[in-house]
Amino acid sequence: MRTTKQKLSGADIFFECLRQEKVEYVFGYPGGAVLKIYEKLYDVKHLKHILVRHEQGAAHMAEGYAKATGKVGVVLVTSGPGATNTVTGIADAYMDSVPIVVFSGQVATHLIGNDAFQEADIVGITRPITKHNFLVRDVNELASTIKKAFFIASTGRPGPVLVDLPKDVINSVCEFEYPDKVEMRGYKPTFLGHQNQIKKAAEIIKSAKRPLLYVGGGVIMSNGERELRLFAKENNLPVTMTLQGLGAFPGTDSQSLGMLGMHGTYWANQAVNNCDVLVSLGARFDDRVTGKVDTFATKAYKIHVDIDPTCIDKNVIVDLPIVGDVKHVLAELAAEMNEPLQIDDWWEQINGWREECPLHYEKNDGKLRSEFIIEKISEKTKGEAVVVTDVGQHQMWTAQYYKFNNPRSHLTSGGLGTMGFGLPAAIGAAFGVKDRPVVLISGDGGFQMNIQELATAVYNKLPVKLFIINNSFLGMVRQWQELFHDEKYSFTDLSESNPDFVKVAQAFGLKAIAVNSPSKVDDALDEAFAYNDGPVLIEFKVVKEDMVFPIIPAGKSVNEIMTKRLDPKEMV
Amino acid sequence: MKHTISVLVENQFGAFNRVATMFSGKGFNIHSISIGETENPEVSRMTIVTEGEDKIMEQVVKQLNRLIDTIKVIDLTGQTRVERELALITVFYQKGTRAEVISICDIFRGNVVDINNKTITLEITGPPDKIDAVVNVLEPYGIKEMARSGTVALKRGEQLKYDKNSVTQ
Ligand SMILES: Cc1ncc(C[n+]2csc(CCOP(=O)(O)OP(=O)(O)O)c2C)c(N)n1
Ligand SMILES: [Mg+2]
Repeated sequence: MRTTKQKLSGADIFFECLRQEKVEYVFGYPGGAVLKIYEKLYDVKHLKHILVRHEQGAAHMAEGYAKATGKVGVVLVTSGPGATNTVTGIADAYMDSVPIVVFSGQVATHLIGNDAFQEADIVGITRPITKHNFLVRDVNELASTIKKAFFIASTGRPGPVLVDLPKDVINSVCEFEYPDKVEMRGYKPTFLGHQNQIKKAAEIIKSAKRPLLYVGGGVIMSNGERELRLFAKENNLPVTMTLQGLGAFPGTDSQSLGMLGMHGTYWANQAVNNCDVLVSLGARFDDRVTGKVDTFATKAYKIHVDIDPTCIDKNVIVDLPIVGDVKHVLAELAAEMNEPLQIDDWWEQINGWREECPLHYEKNDGKLRSEFIIEKISEKTKGEAVVVTDVGQHQMWTAQYYKFNNPRSHLTSGGLGTMGFGLPAAIGAAFGVKDRPVVLISGDGGFQMNIQELATAVYNKLPVKLFIINNSFLGMVRQWQELFHDEKYSFTDLSESNPDFVKVAQAFGLKAIAVNSPSKVDDALDEAFAYNDGPVLIEFKVVKEDMVFPIIPAGKSVNEIMTKRLDPKEMV
Repeated sequence: MKHTISVLVENQFGAFNRVATMFSGKGFNIHSISIGETENPEVSRMTIVTEGEDKIMEQVVKQLNRLIDTIKVIDLTGQTRVERELALITVFYQKGTRAEVISICDIFRGNVVDINNKTITLEITGPPDKIDAVVNVLEPYGIKEMARSGTVALKRGEQLKYDKNSVTQ
């Protein structure tokens, strides 16, 4: 290892740092400001550069890789347009706390501020959407800055970090030494959780008659799934998960109530509404979860475990906050408990709601439906696949019908709701995950937002399974138009303009299959899962105007949950 | 309620911007903000006067703490503290009012720092409410221009009880 002092160029230092950080993949796109780095890259052996087709794709790939593996995703782009193209991906990573480091080229330091060719103030642009960002002004600061960037991205509540690299910094030379520690007096990310608070929480949970665990993505980020399982199983506690929490607890377990919130299950939402102790674990009381805040879990004593103090009392005022790493707090909590809770009545009530209003869809009219396809995918993969979605109805159906058994298996854009996330994120995940199938479930609208990345998948022979749920509509928007906007279907019908996805895929060099009836689903899926020489795409032509139920309209309370389409007769 | 928050930040490119960006991004109010070096040249102190409900103020402090460049955040509200602001105020005078303006300045222990045949510029320091009072009194004369520094504040040193035994002879 070259750790002792020697003179290296900024570009060499860059790669040495990535080597020390054990970076396996860099998702990138070349350009003027980073040409020196690409010159060096030509001979670099210790990592693989993945050429994307659009820098937004690179950012989402890094996210997919990071979410699926827990490692830091790395992006390399040029200045100006290269950098601005990553903005949506960075914002997405910020909202969903995904650890990525974006390296952007920049014009030489003496040109900064001159409106130089391909100059953009990317540090200014990304300030509100990064956990932190840096402009490296001196090659002597390069190594320590990169070290800090990886440290900040991956610790505490993870998030994106951008490092802006002016051209002259990359070209100049200095002595290289990679620091083995980072000292930042303003950043101390490890919290263990206050002992007394944890003890108090345990006492309250023990005395609960109607407890509920409300689990978010924080449990997965802290690798706390084992602790969660033990805690929930040993104490007989019901578990509901947020969109980002799915997979933290097995979806097939009888103690799982599935997802809560706007498109959550009836029984999970009823449980929230009626519980007497709500334990929030690495979740942030997002408005898609709470609906109308004033009516959210009003009967509950609320315990909130989160590593980010700003999440506490932000949307919902809680009774007992515990700032700490969820994995650690869960282990401590479990140690304070002694016997399973005697809460048969509560379970009976929950199971009553489960029976009262199960997830359902029409199965007998011979039409092809998204829910059916997703159930089939769940069966075929036994809940073991890494499932990536885009944004829309198909995303919510996936959350409802795919039974996730493992953490880091449900990759979706939750906070920002970024259409176009799915395809590149699935590609990124497929670079990181080799022992399980990686499946994309996308809408026809969102698929077209980063469709160019098909080339990346084909070139790298990635065995990703790309499933398009083609309802010929911007379905989720259409649903809102039907429910809340007077059935004015303004610009959501894609049936006249959608391409033939099979032909498009074939043109990119994919294997592609079209399916338009339920009877063909099994065979097509089998064929897709058996094919591992490269990406395969199935276009499922589903019914056009289905809706996702249940739905609690935005800002409404659980009581206003809609569980099925109103019969036209009931409407008049 | 108004809060005075003292923030120690790394004396580094962009640190001020980060704080300002956070305030605007989160929709928090800023009454005044001032920044300058401290006894340690690597550290700057920002003094922010902001206003909002207690819950919001808690969020402000947490969000400030969350920024990587902030070293320490102290909400000085409710603590014994010294607060000062500097104002430069240029006031019109007429023949008979020059002496009046100067005497107002004297009452508030200000200094006259500039004068020409129409206007007179005063330098006033003090707690922000004193500056408000000066402005109020000067307004009838016609204020041509004003620059206020924003509040700077420090916690008061601990008041040690007088102990005659410990007095060294
Ligand atoms: C970049 C972006 N633009 C617009 C939206 C608003 N939006 C949310 S869902 C949706 C429709 C998605 O349509 P499609 O991809 O076909 O999925 P479906 O809902 O039909 O399953 C739109 C336009 C968004 N989330 N992201
Ligand atoms: Mg669609």
